[in-house]
Amino acid sequence: MTTAAASQKIRRHTMMLNMGPSHPAMHGIIRIILGLDGERVESADIAIGYLHRAFEKSAEQSGYLQVIPYTDRLNYVSPLINNMGYSMAVEKLFGMKPTERCEYIRVIMSELSRISDHLTCIGASAMELGAFTAFLYMMKAREYLYQGIEMVTGARLTISYIRPGGVKADLPPEFEPHIQKAIAETRNVLKECHQLLTRNRIFVDRLKEVGVISKEDALAYGITGPFLRSTGIDYDVRKNCPYSVYDRFNFDIPVGSTGDNYDRYLCRMEEMEQSMRIVEQAFRDIPEGNLMVDTEGREIPAAMMVDLAKMGETEGFVELDVNLDPTLSGGTRQYFNSVEADEKRAVLPPKEDTYGNIEGLMQHFKLIMFGHGIQPPAGEVYQAVEGGNGELGFFVVSDGTGRPYRVRVRPPCFPIMAALPLMLKGGYLADVVATFGSVNMIGGELDR
Amino acid sequence: MILEKIKEKFLDDVYETFEFRGDLVAVVNKDIVRELAQYLKTDPVLDFNILMDLTAVDYLWQERKPRFDVVYHLYSLSQNHRVRIKAGVDEKDLTIDSLVSIWPVADWFEREVWDMFGIKFKGHPNLKRILMYEEFKGHPLRKDYPYNKRQPLVGPQN
Repeated sequence: MTTAAASQKIRRHTMMLNMGPSHPAMHGIIRIILGLDGERVESADIAIGYLHRAFEKSAEQSGYLQVIPYTDRLNYVSPLINNMGYSMAVEKLFGMKPTERCEYIRVIMSELSRISDHLTCIGASAMELGAFTAFLYMMKAREYLYQGIEMVTGARLTISYIRPGGVKADLPPEFEPHIQKAIAETRNVLKECHQLLTRNRIFVDRLKEVGVISKEDALAYGITGPFLRSTGIDYDVRKNCPYSVYDRFNFDIPVGSTGDNYDRYLCRMEEMEQSMRIVEQAFRDIPEGNLMVDTEGREIPAAMMVDLAKMGETEGFVELDVNLDPTLSGGTRQYFNSVEADEKRAVLPPKEDTYGNIEGLMQHFKLIMFGHGIQPPAGEVYQAVEGGNGELGFFVVSDGTGRPYRVRVRPPCFPIMAALPLMLKGGYLADVVATFGSVNMIGGELDR
Repeated sequence: MILEKIKEKFLDDVYETFEFRGDLVAVVNKDIVRELAQYLKTDPVLDFNILMDLTAVDYLWQERKPRFDVVYHLYSLSQNHRVRIKAGVDEKDLTIDSLVSIWPVADWFEREVWDMFGIKFKGHPNLKRILMYEEFKGHPLRKDYPYNKRQPLVGPQN
């Protein structure tokens, strides 16, 4: 057989390759079914749903307050923003407004969440391209922020901090200095990462002109957030449809021009700086509320007070200032009234009332007990907030009972994943990792 | 202004328009959904260029007819306004027009609604389950699907 005859027998065919569901670069679990011609991607089919935990179904089974812990687990990199979106949707149903101080606390917390979200995204996608140092630096910065978040909420990830009508508790006094330090550290880290990545030949070559999406496609696919902004459209929910107190802060919306991976990287880097600006302004402007507490006299933990009361030693309780245990600090009346709305139908009473008198206890139980809970009037609302990846929408339908009739989440990375095949087609197999990393797909939010 | 324009254009096919807590809502006949979407997208004054969300609600427990609502959330980037369009779909005829040709993102959103509620979208190029697996029986977000029902995960049949 001659070589010419042999070469005629070679058939060209597309090679199918399963990337995921268990692949180190497929954050969480997702499967991309690639059709390859050599190293070129000819087709890409995306299979999601591996992390589906029936969030929307579970939300229909539980009371309004019981949904909050579920929202922590949607976008688990920036849970505070999810809390805020859901709480604002429920507040919108009630038509109530949280207090000024509470709004500022919410802004501070959700901006810290946004920074940690972007740090994770850039760090992880840089690591997948081989830049391990940047990942470690960014995790270091995120750690400072998480420590601050832990200080306030008592948890790092499953925080359940922002609730309809307010927040769980006020900021502890050591929080602001810690965050000021954390911001300074984060700025240092970002500077270092700029030096490591932004002009790094390898990094730039891997990202530039890769995973390009046009303005028109991005809009047709309903893409929002840094992904849309990298194409040059300055849509940001915080600016376009300001919620909470975002209209009081000076901050810029960074936009890209080409819509490639590199622009998305730059957008995210700049957004972190803008978020830090917002946090600094919020700390400067945050109103005091009735925060200055007279701590004269004996302080005893609330639990001990309950124990004493059980033994009948209730003398002098009226004069006592209650110092609560760490997860509940800020739950006393002086703090509580400044961070919770004046809305008896929805907001838990101060902890000293819960522990100290029958009315407070009853109100607490009425709000907590299953089948009672908070009961917004019948109706339906859509509330959008700017999540780490774009517009995070909550569509809540109420039928007037204690359970939400339907809770729908509009996950920001869902439309991006729908558009992902557009960006992968025609590129190299190795670029799948770079492009997919820039999506910042969060399984919990995508699959719910 | 938005709701008036929709009413003017589609007359009797718009059953109800109202505003609740600042959200504009129009309840329409499901047969005009595609036409309405095209109009909302192309009209220069309305200019709804982004389909923000597409979902459905099952009103079984409220014993309402039609049983399902398909809910569209639209946003206009240039005008900075939003509107919610709701179209009732009854159990007897679980179909509604697909919007994939107008907004490609509807592809995935509609697959999710099919997956979760069993509403079929006419003209959808690839209507299959998205979050659940193909062998899954039933549509989990329907109100008559038991919350704690379990199904074995059956592998693909070779």
